[in-house]
Amino acid sequence: MLLTGGTAALQAGTEAGSQSGAGAFVPFLPGLVVLLPLIGFVINGVLALLHARASAVAVRNGGELDLDGPGGRPLTHTLPTWVGPGVVGLAFLITLVNFVRMLGVHLEEPVVRTYWTWIDTGTFHVAAALQLDQLSMVMMLVVTGVSFLIHVFSVGYMGDDPAYPRYFAYLNLFVFFMLTLVMASSYALMFVGWEGVGLCSYLLIGFWFTDREKADAGKKAFVVNRIGDFGFLVAMFLLFSRFHTLDFVPVFHGAAAGLAYGGGLITAITLFFFLGATGKSAQIPLYIWLPDAMAGPTPVSALIHAATMVTAGVYMVARSSVLYALSPVGSATVAGVGALTAFFAATIALKQYDIKKVLAYSTVSQLGYMFVGVGVGAYAAGIFHLMTHAFFKGLLFLGAGAIIHSMHHALHHTHSHADAQDMRNMGGLRKYMPITWIVMWVATLAISGVWPFAGFFSKDEIIWQAGAFGGAAHAPYPRLYTFYWILALAAALLTAFYMTRLMVMTFHGPNRTGTEESRHLRETPAVMWIPLVTLAALSLFGGWINVPEKLHQSFLGLFGALPMGEWMHHWLEPVTAAAQQIQATHLGAVSESAPFGGGEVLWGVVSFLLAVAVIAFAWRMVGSRKYVPAEESPADTGFARVLNRKWYVDELYDTIVVRPLKSTSRFCWKVIDAGVIDGIVNGLGYLARGLGWFGSLFQTGTVNTYALILSLGVLVILGVVIF
Amino acid sequence: MVVASMILSALLFVVGTLGVLIRRNAIIMFLSIELQLNAVNLAFVALSRVWGIEGQIFVFFVMTVAAAEAAVGLAIIISIFRHYETVNVNNFNLLKW
Repeated sequence: MLLTGGTAALQAGTEAGSQSGAGAFVPFLPGLVVLLPLIGFVINGVLALLHARASAVAVRNGGELDLDGPGGRPLTHTLPTWVGPGVVGLAFLITLVNFVRMLGVHLEEPVVRTYWTWIDTGTFHVAAALQLDQLSMVMMLVVTGVSFLIHVFSVGYMGDDPAYPRYFAYLNLFVFFMLTLVMASSYALMFVGWEGVGLCSYLLIGFWFTDREKADAGKKAFVVNRIGDFGFLVAMFLLFSRFHTLDFVPVFHGAAAGLAYGGGLITAITLFFFLGATGKSAQIPLYIWLPDAMAGPTPVSALIHAATMVTAGVYMVARSSVLYALSPVGSATVAGVGALTAFFAATIALKQYDIKKVLAYSTVSQLGYMFVGVGVGAYAAGIFHLMTHAFFKGLLFLGAGAIIHSMHHALHHTHSHADAQDMRNMGGLRKYMPITWIVMWVATLAISGVWPFAGFFSKDEIIWQAGAFGGAAHAPYPRLYTFYWILALAAALLTAFYMTRLMVMTFHGPNRTGTEESRHLRETPAVMWIPLVTLAALSLFGGWINVPEKLHQSFLGLFGALPMGEWMHHWLEPVTAAAQQIQATHLGAVSESAPFGGGEVLWGVVSFLLAVAVIAFAWRMVGSRKYVPAEESPADTGFARVLNRKWYVDELYDTIVVRPLKSTSRFCWKVIDAGVIDGIVNGLGYLARGLGWFGSLFQTGTVNTYALILSLGVLVILGVVIF
Repeated sequence: MVVASMILSALLFVVGTLGVLIRRNAIIMFLSIELQLNAVNLAFVALSRVWGIEGQIFVFFVMTVAAAEAAVGLAIIISIFRHYETVNVNNFNLLKW
């Protein structure tokens, strides 16, 4: 009853936007997609509060809440299992219905549903409105689909955690904000989602907040993101100053006419938006928070810090494709920062021992690829890589979660204090966790760019586009793009290396867990491996929906036998068409060959062979090394130490940013605030007191003095009156 | 005649004022105040020649108030004298803060 009432209200939303072609696209309950996770948040939030109260009562009575007591688990602990994944699964189904409906019609313009007026002051109007088009549809599918799988996985991973309902409350809230972000019809509403996911990221990184280090990691993520948010805000102000609206449709329609190509304003807007993206999507120079964010539960790392939230910056740039196409400097910066980050983060991943840290730097690196894609005008390729990355990186993180879960159990049995996340303590897990082993290899081959896995098609297209863009007839900085192309190619090889290293150290070779512990290593339960297998299937076949035309016709596309062809490219055409047209007008056609010759198919084969070669090389090199458990391992020396310590970037930031900031704050506190400001305020007090003391000297108490002063006063007044 | 009276009145007033300011004996100060009042009275009476009868009427008021004041003032002085056994005003400095 409640649901139908809400449905009616949602249906009542007005519709704008026009459709062309046969049949109109009628969205199916788009508001409910956003609303469902919020409902889940409210229910789980209430359960979490009840649960926290019950625990507090138990603690006050001198015990603690026993989850496995005789009465079975309390309702507050069992209900989130159904509510949490349930609402996200429903949202996914509704999204699927919308997707099928959109497939049937050719939608030229986004469909905007306005629900109510959110801000209405002076000339600034923002409506609470959702926008459905091909781009937001892809994002909705990825967000709800991957979220659902990770929610299911979480049931197994977090099931024994005392704060289980709180976990699902936060996770549902995150999905709500992420859907707001990707479905918003204006930058202002997008910013709501943008900030909301940041909040949930903070809450979930510091989920185990009693651990000081974890709470600090959450704080770091939040503070670093604020720097990016500043850029996003400034960009919005600049945009508003020119267009007097922040709605996507009018801004993008008026952009080409209202902004000079390559002008100062558009460059500033794109660069400030990109500053926001570097914060949210962990790019140089603001990437430092993401590796620390691994302090959160592993499914959170998979969902927020790999598959969805961190890709928000890529989505934003792709959404603003018209603006970026108008600014060659802005686009070159996006691609340059992306290429540098892709390479730089990959080098750090080479020497990390914490399994989650390897994956974290890998994520930073892969996000760099996506920015290369959207920076060279290959918006579809960037979004395509975003999608495939969501599959295989989500899978890698969940696989790592399964390993950590199993390791943790084994170490818990013997009360060992060894690090459950250190790969030096693992080794030979293949025997104990065969399913995890297979799916992790699928993801590794996908991310390394091995044909026919998803990563091959998505990553290869980005690298190819980076090279081809530099060869465009009027490319702004051709040599620069050649450099990006080399960086991207090198990063691809590093990726293959560090991923193989991770697999070999974790699953192959002798077991280093300890004999007693290894007897307790178990494969994960079905609730955890079913999502893994689903994601593995997506990592294998997901790339086939966007095989570039030339590859598709060659043997790499089985001579056109792969069913989908360039589907994604065509699907996103209506969204990216305007940007492509601007690019074609000002830059001419992109090159048909890579910077040093060779066609798309040739380079596809080359990158595939290189990836295989690097995997084989890494297999031999890492496989032949004798690892010992972390506690007995000697510290790295030389260059390996530099990589292990992450190029000392955290130390560098500490020296040039954190310490000066702290001493400046101390100066402001001790000298300016306590000295000058308080000095002035206290000084006024002392002044009043001094004047009072001086005045009291005249108050002798003897009548004569008063009479004298009175007489003098009369004389003065008389003098004034008379003269 | 008026001018001479005004000069005399001014002189009497100055003498009274100085008496109040300089002398420390409460009785003398009291008498000096009376002198000031009567200096004013003299001025009123003298000026009534020029301005009319109002000045002379006002003198009666002043004399009435002065009589009342003398009654209260002397009572206070006697009460102080009983307490401190002196009428030197330098000793009376409670009239502060």
